[in-house]
Amino acid sequence: MGQTITRAHLSEAVYQEVGLSRNESADLVESVLTAIGDSLSEGETVKLSSFGSFSVRQKGGRMGRNPKTGEEVPIKPRRVLVFRPSHVLKEQINKALTVAKAAGASLTGISSTGSADQAAD
Amino acid sequence: MIKSELVAKLAQANPHLYQRDVERIVSTIFDEIGEALARGDRVELRGFGAFSVKSRPARVGRNPRTGQPVEVAEKFVPFFKTGKELRDRLNSETETTAAPVPSEPVSSSD
Repeated sequence: MGQTITRAHLSEAVYQEVGLSRNESADLVESVLTAIGDSLSEGETVKLSSFGSFSVRQKGGRMGRNPKTGEEVPIKPRRVLVFRPSHVLKEQINKALTVAKAAGASLTGISSTGSADQAAD
Repeated sequence: MIKSELVAKLAQANPHLYQRDVERIVSTIFDEIGEALARGDRVELRGFGAFSVKSRPARVGRNPRTGQPVEVAEKFVPFFKTGKELRDRLNSETETTAAPVPSEPVSSSD
Protein backbone atom coordinates (compact mmCIF):
# COMPACT_ATOMS: atom_id res chain seq x y z
CA MET A 1 0.00 0.00 0.00
CA GLY A 2 1.22 3.47 -0.83
CA GLN A 3 3.56 2.14 -3.50
CA THR A 4 4.22 3.81 -6.81
CA ILE A 5 3.61 1.68 -9.88
CA THR A 6 5.64 2.51 -12.99
CA ARG A 7 6.05 1.34 -16.56
CA ALA A 8 8.35 -1.41 -15.28
CA HIS A 9 5.51 -2.95 -13.25
CA LEU A 10 3.12 -2.78 -16.19
CA SER A 11 5.69 -4.38 -18.50
CA GLU A 12 6.23 -7.15 -15.97
CA ALA A 13 2.47 -7.78 -15.80
CA VAL A 14 2.28 -7.97 -19.60
CA TYR A 15 5.29 -10.30 -19.63
CA GLN A 16 3.64 -12.62 -17.09
CA GLU A 17 0.30 -12.56 -18.88
CA VAL A 18 1.30 -12.92 -22.51
CA GLY A 19 4.60 -14.81 -22.81
CA LEU A 20 6.42 -12.21 -24.92
CA SER A 21 9.98 -11.26 -24.08
CA ARG A 22 10.52 -8.65 -21.37
CA ASN A 23 11.85 -6.26 -23.96
CA GLU A 24 8.92 -6.64 -26.24
CA SER A 25 6.49 -6.35 -23.34
CA ALA A 26 8.07 -3.03 -22.41
CA ASP A 27 7.87 -1.85 -26.02
CA LEU A 28 4.20 -2.71 -26.19
CA VAL A 29 3.37 -0.83 -22.99
CA GLU A 30 5.08 2.15 -24.56
CA SER A 31 3.19 1.67 -27.84
CA VAL A 32 -0.13 1.64 -26.01
CA LEU A 33 0.65 4.93 -24.26
CA THR A 34 1.98 6.48 -27.46
CA ALA A 35 -1.08 5.45 -29.46
CA ILE A 36 -3.36 7.01 -26.85
CA GLY A 37 -1.26 10.18 -26.80
CA ASP A 38 -1.31 10.39 -30.61
CA SER A 39 -5.05 10.11 -30.71
CA LEU A 40 -5.51 12.72 -27.97
CA SER A 41 -3.16 15.20 -29.56
CA GLU A 42 -5.35 15.06 -32.64
CA GLY A 43 -8.16 16.16 -30.40
CA GLU A 44 -9.84 12.77 -30.38
CA THR A 45 -11.47 11.25 -27.29
CA VAL A 46 -10.14 7.89 -26.15
CA LYS A 47 -12.66 5.58 -24.49
CA LEU A 48 -11.56 2.46 -22.69
CA SER A 49 -14.58 0.52 -21.57
CA SER A 50 -14.66 -0.35 -17.86
CA PHE A 51 -11.67 1.94 -17.28
CA GLY A 52 -12.63 5.43 -18.31
CA SER A 53 -12.29 7.99 -21.03
CA PHE A 54 -9.71 10.62 -21.85
CA SER A 55 -10.91 13.69 -23.66
CA VAL A 56 -9.47 17.00 -24.70
CA ARG A 57 -11.13 20.18 -23.59
CA GLN A 58 -10.51 23.60 -25.08
CA LYS A 59 -9.98 26.33 -22.52
CA GLY A 60 -10.33 29.96 -23.38
CA GLY A 61 -7.71 32.56 -22.61
CA ARG A 62 -8.09 34.61 -19.48
CA MET A 63 -6.25 37.01 -17.27
CA GLY A 64 -4.38 35.24 -14.49
CA ARG A 65 -2.35 36.62 -11.65
CA ASN A 66 1.00 35.61 -10.29
CA PRO A 67 -0.01 34.75 -6.72
CA LYS A 68 3.39 35.72 -5.37
CA THR A 69 3.82 39.12 -6.98
CA GLY A 70 0.21 40.00 -7.74
CA GLU A 71 1.27 40.75 -11.29
CA GLU A 72 -1.31 40.19 -14.01
CA VAL A 73 -0.33 37.51 -16.51
CA PRO A 74 -2.31 36.64 -19.61
CA ILE A 75 -3.16 32.92 -19.87
CA LYS A 76 -3.50 31.88 -23.47
CA PRO A 77 -6.21 29.62 -24.83
CA ARG A 78 -5.05 26.04 -24.42
CA ARG A 79 -6.15 22.46 -24.57
CA VAL A 80 -6.32 20.33 -21.45
CA LEU A 81 -6.74 16.61 -20.97
CA VAL A 82 -9.59 15.38 -18.82
CA PHE A 83 -9.89 11.84 -17.50
CA ARG A 84 -13.31 10.58 -16.52
CA PRO A 85 -13.16 7.26 -14.70
CA SER A 86 -15.84 4.72 -15.60
CA HIS A 87 -18.37 3.63 -13.02
CA VAL A 88 -16.73 0.22 -12.93
CA LEU A 89 -13.36 1.70 -12.01
CA LYS A 90 -14.82 4.11 -9.47
CA GLU A 91 -16.73 1.33 -7.79
CA GLN A 92 -13.75 -1.03 -7.78
CA ILE A 93 -11.57 1.57 -6.08
CA ASN A 94 -14.12 2.92 -3.66
CA LYS A 95 -15.21 -0.55 -2.51
CA ALA A 96 -11.71 -1.89 -2.03
CA LEU A 97 -10.47 1.13 -0.12
CA THR A 98 -13.57 1.50 2.02
CA VAL A 99 -13.13 -2.12 3.10
CA ALA A 100 -9.38 -1.65 3.62
CA LYS A 101 -9.94 1.37 5.78
CA ALA A 102 -12.61 -0.35 7.85
CA ALA A 103 -10.07 -3.14 8.41
CA GLY A 104 -7.69 -0.57 9.82
CA ALA A 105 -5.33 0.03 6.90
CA SER A 106 -3.51 3.32 7.12
CA LEU A 107 -3.87 4.28 3.44
CA THR A 108 -0.79 6.41 3.29
CA GLY A 109 -0.38 8.23 0.03
CA ILE A 110 -4.03 9.04 -0.45
CA SER A 111 -4.56 12.72 -0.14
CA SER A 112 -7.80 14.15 1.02
CA THR A 113 -9.28 16.79 -1.20
CA GLY A 114 -10.62 18.76 1.72
CA SER A 115 -13.70 19.90 -0.11
CA ALA A 116 -16.41 17.32 -0.23
CA ASP A 117 -18.05 18.58 -3.37
CA GLN A 118 -17.51 16.80 -6.63
CA ALA A 119 -17.53 19.24 -9.45
CA ALA A 120 -19.47 18.05 -12.46
CA ASP A 121 -19.36 14.33 -11.97
CA MET B 1 -10.95 6.03 -30.41
CA ILE B 2 -12.36 3.13 -28.45
CA LYS B 3 -10.54 0.11 -27.05
CA SER B 4 -11.15 -2.10 -30.09
CA GLU B 5 -9.78 0.61 -32.39
CA LEU B 6 -6.72 0.95 -30.20
CA VAL B 7 -6.23 -2.81 -30.38
CA ALA B 8 -6.63 -2.80 -34.17
CA LYS B 9 -4.10 0.01 -34.51
CA LEU B 10 -1.53 -1.83 -32.39
CA ALA B 11 -2.19 -5.14 -34.16
CA GLN B 12 -1.50 -3.44 -37.46
CA ALA B 13 1.81 -2.08 -36.19
CA ASN B 14 2.74 -5.50 -34.79
CA PRO B 15 1.81 -8.00 -37.50
CA HIS B 16 3.64 -10.82 -35.72
CA LEU B 17 1.15 -10.73 -32.86
CA TYR B 18 -2.33 -12.20 -32.81
CA GLN B 19 -5.05 -9.64 -32.36
CA ARG B 20 -6.29 -11.49 -29.29
CA ASP B 21 -2.84 -11.16 -27.71
CA VAL B 22 -2.84 -7.42 -28.34
CA GLU B 23 -6.24 -7.33 -26.70
CA ARG B 24 -4.87 -9.12 -23.66
CA ILE B 25 -1.95 -6.71 -23.50
CA VAL B 26 -4.18 -3.66 -23.51
CA SER B 27 -6.54 -5.18 -20.95
CA THR B 28 -3.67 -6.26 -18.71
CA ILE B 29 -2.27 -2.74 -18.62
CA PHE B 30 -5.53 -1.11 -17.61
CA ASP B 31 -6.54 -3.90 -15.24
CA GLU B 32 -3.18 -3.52 -13.57
CA ILE B 33 -3.66 0.24 -13.17
CA GLY B 34 -7.14 -0.30 -11.71
CA GLU B 35 -5.88 -2.92 -9.27
CA ALA B 36 -3.01 -0.71 -8.18
CA LEU B 37 -5.41 2.15 -7.43
CA ALA B 38 -7.72 -0.23 -5.57
CA ARG B 39 -4.76 -1.09 -3.31
CA GLY B 40 -4.25 2.60 -2.66
CA ASP B 41 -1.13 2.72 -4.86
CA ARG B 42 -0.20 5.47 -7.25
CA VAL B 43 0.60 4.83 -10.92
CA GLU B 44 3.16 7.13 -12.45
CA LEU B 45 3.80 7.00 -16.18
CA ARG B 46 6.36 9.68 -16.96
CA GLY B 47 5.50 11.73 -19.99
CA PHE B 48 1.95 10.43 -20.01
CA GLY B 49 0.52 11.20 -16.61
CA ALA B 50 -0.12 9.86 -13.14
CA PHE B 51 -3.12 8.09 -11.65
CA SER B 52 -3.80 8.42 -7.97
CA VAL B 53 -6.65 8.11 -5.51
CA LYS B 54 -8.10 10.96 -3.53
CA SER B 55 -10.43 10.70 -0.62
CA ARG B 56 -13.51 12.79 -0.24
CA PRO B 57 -14.40 13.21 3.41
CA ALA B 58 -17.76 12.19 4.81
CA ARG B 59 -20.25 14.99 4.81
CA VAL B 60 -23.87 15.74 5.46
CA GLY B 61 -25.62 16.17 2.17
CA ARG B 62 -29.20 17.09 1.55
CA ASN B 63 -31.94 15.46 -0.41
CA PRO B 64 -32.62 18.25 -2.87
CA ARG B 65 -36.28 17.40 -3.13
CA THR B 66 -37.19 17.18 0.55
CA GLY B 67 -34.35 19.20 2.03
CA GLN B 68 -33.75 16.35 4.44
CA PRO B 69 -30.15 15.94 5.64
CA VAL B 70 -28.49 12.73 4.44
CA GLU B 71 -25.20 11.35 5.68
CA VAL B 72 -22.77 10.75 2.86
CA ALA B 73 -19.92 8.40 3.73
CA GLU B 74 -16.28 9.10 2.94
CA LYS B 75 -15.39 7.99 -0.55
CA PHE B 76 -12.37 7.27 -2.66
CA VAL B 77 -12.12 8.51 -6.22
CA PRO B 78 -9.52 7.95 -8.94
CA PHE B 79 -7.70 11.01 -10.20
CA PHE B 80 -5.51 11.59 -13.25
CA LYS B 81 -2.95 14.31 -13.68
CA THR B 82 -1.65 14.82 -17.21
CA GLY B 83 2.11 14.53 -17.64
CA LYS B 84 4.13 17.46 -18.83
CA GLU B 85 5.14 15.97 -22.15
CA LEU B 86 1.59 15.02 -23.11
CA ARG B 87 0.25 18.37 -21.96
CA ASP B 88 2.80 20.11 -24.18
CA ARG B 89 1.93 17.87 -27.11
CA LEU B 90 -1.73 18.77 -26.82
CA ASN B 91 -0.81 22.38 -27.27
CA SER B 92 1.95 22.22 -29.84
CA GLU B 93 0.74 20.15 -32.77
CA THR B 94 -2.54 21.31 -34.20
CA GLU B 95 -3.36 24.80 -33.13
CA THR B 96 -6.14 24.69 -35.67
CA THR B 97 -9.05 24.60 -33.26
CA ALA B 98 -7.58 27.25 -31.01
CA ALA B 99 -7.81 30.95 -31.56
CA PRO B 100 -4.64 32.34 -33.10
CA VAL B 101 -1.97 32.20 -30.43
CA PRO B 102 1.55 33.55 -30.35
CA SER B 103 3.90 30.60 -30.29
CA GLU B 104 6.21 31.25 -27.36
CA PRO B 105 5.51 29.00 -24.38
CA VAL B 106 3.77 30.45 -21.39
CA SER B 107 4.49 29.32 -17.88
CA SER B 108 1.13 29.38 -16.28
CA SER B 109 0.78 28.42 -12.68
CA ASP B 110 -1.08 25.15 -13.14
